[in-house]
Amino acid sequence: MTVKQRAFPSPIADPDTEQFWSAAKNGKLMVGSCNSCGEKHYYPRGICPHCGAQDITLVEASGKGEIYSWSVLRRADPPFAIAYVTLDEGPTMMTNIIECDLDTLAIGQRVKLKFSETEEADGPPVPTFVLD
Amino acid sequence: MSINGKAYIAGVYEHPTRKATDKSLAQLHAESALGALKDAGLTKDDVDGYFCAGDAPGLGPLSLVDYMGLKLKHLDATETGGSSYVLHVGHAAEAIAMGKCSVALITLAGRPRAEGMATGTAPRNYGSSAPDVAFEFPFGPTVVNMYAMCAQRHMYEYGTTSEQLAWIKVAASHHAQYNENAMLRNVVTVDEVVNSPMIADPLHRLDCCVISDGGGAIIVTSPEVAKTLKRPLVKVIGAGEAPKHQMGGKVDLTYSGAVWSGPMAFDEAHVKPTDIKYASIYDSFTITVLMQLEDLGFCEKGKGGAFVSDGNLIAGTGKLPFNTDGGGLCNNHPANRGGLTKVIEAVRQLRGEAHPNVQVQNCDLALAHGTGGSLGTRHGSATVIMERE
Ligand SMILES: [Zn+2]
Repeated sequence: MTVKQRAFPSPIADPDTEQFWSAAKNGKLMVGSCNSCGEKHYYPRGICPHCGAQDITLVEASGKGEIYSWSVLRRADPPFAIAYVTLDEGPTMMTNIIECDLDTLAIGQRVKLKFSETEEADGPPVPTFVLD
Repeated sequence: MSINGKAYIAGVYEHPTRKATDKSLAQLHAESALGALKDAGLTKDDVDGYFCAGDAPGLGPLSLVDYMGLKLKHLDATETGGSSYVLHVGHAAEAIAMGKCSVALITLAGRPRAEGMATGTAPRNYGSSAPDVAFEFPFGPTVVNMYAMCAQRHMYEYGTTSEQLAWIKVAASHHAQYNENAMLRNVVTVDEVVNSPMIADPLHRLDCCVISDGGGAIIVTSPEVAKTLKRPLVKVIGAGEAPKHQMGGKVDLTYSGAVWSGPMAFDEAHVKPTDIKYASIYDSFTITVLMQLEDLGFCEKGKGGAFVSDGNLIAGTGKLPFNTDGGGLCNNHPANRGGLTKVIEAVRQLRGEAHPNVQVQNCDLALAHGTGGSLGTRHGSATVIMERE
């Protein structure tokens, strides 16, 4: 069953994440990339969670990935699919799978980025995914 | 340096209420404290250390210390959600071992039912200054869909089934039938669990714990104090605690922080999982139990489904009797935090004071384990091992 879309609360940007959300407004999904250890991370932050360095660059992700896990909250109105998606760049991120048949989702399915508008008029969009 | 043998659990009390419209939150804490003190044979003035967590109203421990009129030498308000109180037992033992206090009081209380809280299915926002909130809250993470994603992945990687998860609820219900304070006393079957309404795939309504008001308290004392009291001696012999999180995007939902807290506690106690006669395992959901049993080493990783099946957790028939009070799945999950009641039932078992129909014979070694926060995002794991002397 495909159902109406839930409304997304707007994320609140802070000095640590302003750049990420500005990029989101331009349709770009960014991940943190550490210039010290070379590892990527998500969610983006001012310190590398892998090595502790503060020399971080945001890099654009391809927006392609696969479902690591998912669950449909049947008790919500409307029901919706939360998921962890593992990006082709490596990091796994929390998201929603939208515009899909909630009864046929599966781990391993390929997905691609599609930003969703959020509730506040000037709020940034959030990175959601559709089946690829 | 070890806490093995340096502290005893001298008093426990589980508040009998499950809906507390007529009691304030502070009152529930205080009544629980008085109950545990009475159980130990101590009074309020004996308490010189106090431990509480995020369910305590006011600034950290201060409002409740004021409300109860405590005079203290040691305070600890470490907050790791529902596992806090298991962790507090370890911290109390540390403080006692270091001579910082000799009678530690741990309290918990809450009234989510009286307050009409949508506990499991409403997203929780811990405040926009928490760095993860902007990247999670918009997507509707709730308690249940986060644990559901753990179950989904466990099923994918290890072939775990809904029927196997259901056995955990079935075992809890077998125990709860003897607990007159339990919220759900009907014995249920595997079929009833898997046919109950789907809440968040693959977790059904009967895979979820109860929502209850109430509270509880624990008194941890020095050996010197414990030996002056008339209660059976329950010695703390090992404790471990560890957080687990998303590891910067290297998310792995198949295991919990128990893989670290468990071995710490077992090593300190000089015992192994096969020595344990009774286990209190945090049971916010059936999947919580299954993952923790694997992570604590009661069975191989991925074999939890087979381990819990066919009544293996039921007292009298199974190899590892668990949550003989009915646990959070059937008895009580006060304040949406089940760690304290886990310690209480383990102490009852070690004292021989569990219900006769679920009392484990010669129960001289027990474990209590808690998970607080969310297995799906970030959580604190805490393990305590106790021995009857
Ligand atoms: Zn790094």
